[in-house]
Amino acid sequence: MALTKQVFDTVIVGGGGSGLRAALQLAEAGYRVAVFSKVFPTRSHTVAAQGGIGASLGNMQEDNWLWHMYDTIKGSDYLGDQDAIEYMCRKAAEVVYELEHFGMPFDRNPDGTIYQRPFGGHSQNFGEKPVQRACAAADRTGHAMLHTLYQRNVRARCQFFIEWMALDLIRDSEGAVVGIVAMEMETGQVVVFQSKSVVLATGGAGRIYRSSTNAYINTGDGMGMAARAGIPLEDMEFWQFHPTGVAGAGVLITEGVRGEGGILLNSQGERFMERYAPTMKDLASRDVVSRAMDQEIKEGRGVGPEKDHVLLKLDHLGPDVINKRLPGIREIAIKFAHVDPIKEPIPVVPTCHYQMGGIPTNYYGQVVVPKNGNPNSIVPGLYAIGECACVSVHGANRLGTNSLLDLLVFGKSAGDHLVEWLKTNPQHRDLPKDAGDFSLSRLARIDGSTSGESVHEVGAEIRRTVQNHAGVFRTDALLSEGVEKIKEVAERVQRTHVKDKSKVFNTARIEALELENLIVVAQATLVSADARKESRGAHARDDFKERDDKNWLKHSLWYLEQNRMDYKPVNLKPLTVESFEPKVRVY
Amino acid sequence: MKFSIYRFNPDVDEKPYMQDYDIELGPTDRMLLDAILKIKEMDDSLALRKSCREGVCGSDGMNINGKNGLACITPLKDLKEPVVLRPLPGLPVIRDLIVDMGQFFKQYNSIKPYLINDAPPPQKERLQSPEDREELNGLYECVLCACCSTSCPSFWWNPDKFVGPAALLQAYRFIADTRDEATNERLDNLEDPYRLFRCHTIMNCVDVCPKGLNPTKAIGKIKDALLKRSV
Repeated sequence: MALTKQVFDTVIVGGGGSGLRAALQLAEAGYRVAVFSKVFPTRSHTVAAQGGIGASLGNMQEDNWLWHMYDTIKGSDYLGDQDAIEYMCRKAAEVVYELEHFGMPFDRNPDGTIYQRPFGGHSQNFGEKPVQRACAAADRTGHAMLHTLYQRNVRARCQFFIEWMALDLIRDSEGAVVGIVAMEMETGQVVVFQSKSVVLATGGAGRIYRSSTNAYINTGDGMGMAARAGIPLEDMEFWQFHPTGVAGAGVLITEGVRGEGGILLNSQGERFMERYAPTMKDLASRDVVSRAMDQEIKEGRGVGPEKDHVLLKLDHLGPDVINKRLPGIREIAIKFAHVDPIKEPIPVVPTCHYQMGGIPTNYYGQVVVPKNGNPNSIVPGLYAIGECACVSVHGANRLGTNSLLDLLVFGKSAGDHLVEWLKTNPQHRDLPKDAGDFSLSRLARIDGSTSGESVHEVGAEIRRTVQNHAGVFRTDALLSEGVEKIKEVAERVQRTHVKDKSKVFNTARIEALELENLIVVAQATLVSADARKESRGAHARDDFKERDDKNWLKHSLWYLEQNRMDYKPVNLKPLTVESFEPKVRVY
Repeated sequence: MKFSIYRFNPDVDEKPYMQDYDIELGPTDRMLLDAILKIKEMDDSLALRKSCREGVCGSDGMNINGKNGLACITPLKDLKEPVVLRPLPGLPVIRDLIVDMGQFFKQYNSIKPYLINDAPPPQKERLQSPEDREELNGLYECVLCACCSTSCPSFWWNPDKFVGPAALLQAYRFIADTRDEATNERLDNLEDPYRLFRCHTIMNCVDVCPKGLNPTKAIGKIKDALLKRSV
């Protein structure tokens, strides 16, 4: 079947923070750029970020980017690539000032500068004491940032394809990416978009976990597209559990609460983080705090009838601070936990929040894969940015506020790189003759199904398997069993049945397509986690309790084909400064 | 719990109808969205938009027992049965609870929803006092769910001419921003019998806003600014 074709210079898949930031560079440079989004751009999950954007502006106390770089590397448990981390921390101030110039409604200090609050793992002078580095718009920083970026794109007359779902990448015989296949949700129409380059900016896949702070749309579509096109996924065993999800509901409570002075208490009313992290206490990095909470609960000091959560106390901050700095949190606590934090603590539990791994890239956003002995060979025409990418600045554990920074810095650097790249690559490559056939066959299976399990049932099985087998603490038995289970679930994904066969806004069909992306990420997670025989950052194993730099200071690469693993070295060499050598991590 | 939901799929239905559902809720089903998704587990043809499930993305605006709201932050225990769900009123229905938001966003774009300041930016941030920044509170938090505009009779009658409460709230967000230099241009753009002055302070917008914002007040401030300019 011949599909309709449209032609662009660059296609960006995803309209969240990183996609919009990249689009802006291209649209302002006058290129024909198309942004595809499953949802209206301001509904992308960047909107849910609360606490702040990390940048060493030094508005509150002395700060500099080298300290930020050190904190990020230490936070990553030394798995982050130091060139990319230096690049990000050095660029941080510039991209935050730009965002302010775009109209971002940051909170302000009495002298008119941007207000910054303390956040987990961010310190002064290489770990000496906490520093105020998180640039904040109350506790709605992501919302304010996403709207500001969208508004700026409206000004730049960027072209959007809203409520379109990208299905697959198109690669030519040389492996270059030459476009995408996408479907308009309102009509069900499938179209081939030919482009000189494609940017994947589809966000994370936190919906592979049952208990997740993530939005329903976070189904790993970009990872699915990349993996199906033969591109490996990097470091997928590293998932961040945010210490403070509302118990039972999963909704996020920002670390900014602890930044403003909130503390965690166990059933004995003890501020237990003092025992686990004597210097940073409640502001230790997220993997450390989540494990401590899990430990407290395991040892019987959890709160509630099931002793299955701990408490986040902030009433001592007083109504003024709560209403001014944390109004959204108060609203969430009242709605989802039925407590008013001005008077009572919020029940919280570690909840899946962020994917440190993703599509391997360099710090220009170019996707890189092992080829002919080069571990970082560039895939022509393909870029990835934001949570779906692995640059890798977050390594084995991301610091709070570094995700919004990641979106801005690498969105911009990919956009800038593309502006130059398009000058030297002015021609479209030819589309392969069968472009679109693969996507159509996937749709044909869904449209032709007559019986089988529901998408919901199989999706629930993915979430159950990942939650139970790749949680905060992992063991060999759990992981190897998880690998087998998820293999079976993957087969069930191919046998689902969608009753609704309509073309018009068929959300059942969309969910079936999303399921095919979720299962890719779930498999990558379990297989990568099973293979890594050490504990590092968010990957904590009861049977290999220590970090093993001799054998495991390397990035995992998982390939969908044959479900196989490969590895590549961590880049310990920064751009201009000296390396930060791996050390024991104490907070 | 009993529900009665507006159904229409132009692919197969000649006209819209109400479909009844009766479902058993689990202990974790707290919000209306949880219940709707439970219904969707049984009947995958029910179409709605959803994403963040915590009231910040603005996807799941709908008409709930006659009043617009976000399903994800509407507690089930507050709802009278059968819960009657309809798409947001006044916009064309694409399917079931999904409306065509085109007109709504056209109005949003018409107010130039971005900061206008052509002066070369300083090396660091533009300074703004905490008091000036506070003027943006109650304005920038809008999630563009369209609950307000689609509850406004003036918007129903003239969606192409009246900007509507959501976009007017955003218009004032930029007028109120001390960093924006286009106040005059923005006021010119609104000084029109329809664009601004179709607001008859019925205040449905204030009543339904799921974020507790007050578009009527913002519209009043725009009118004040116009008045001040004319004297």
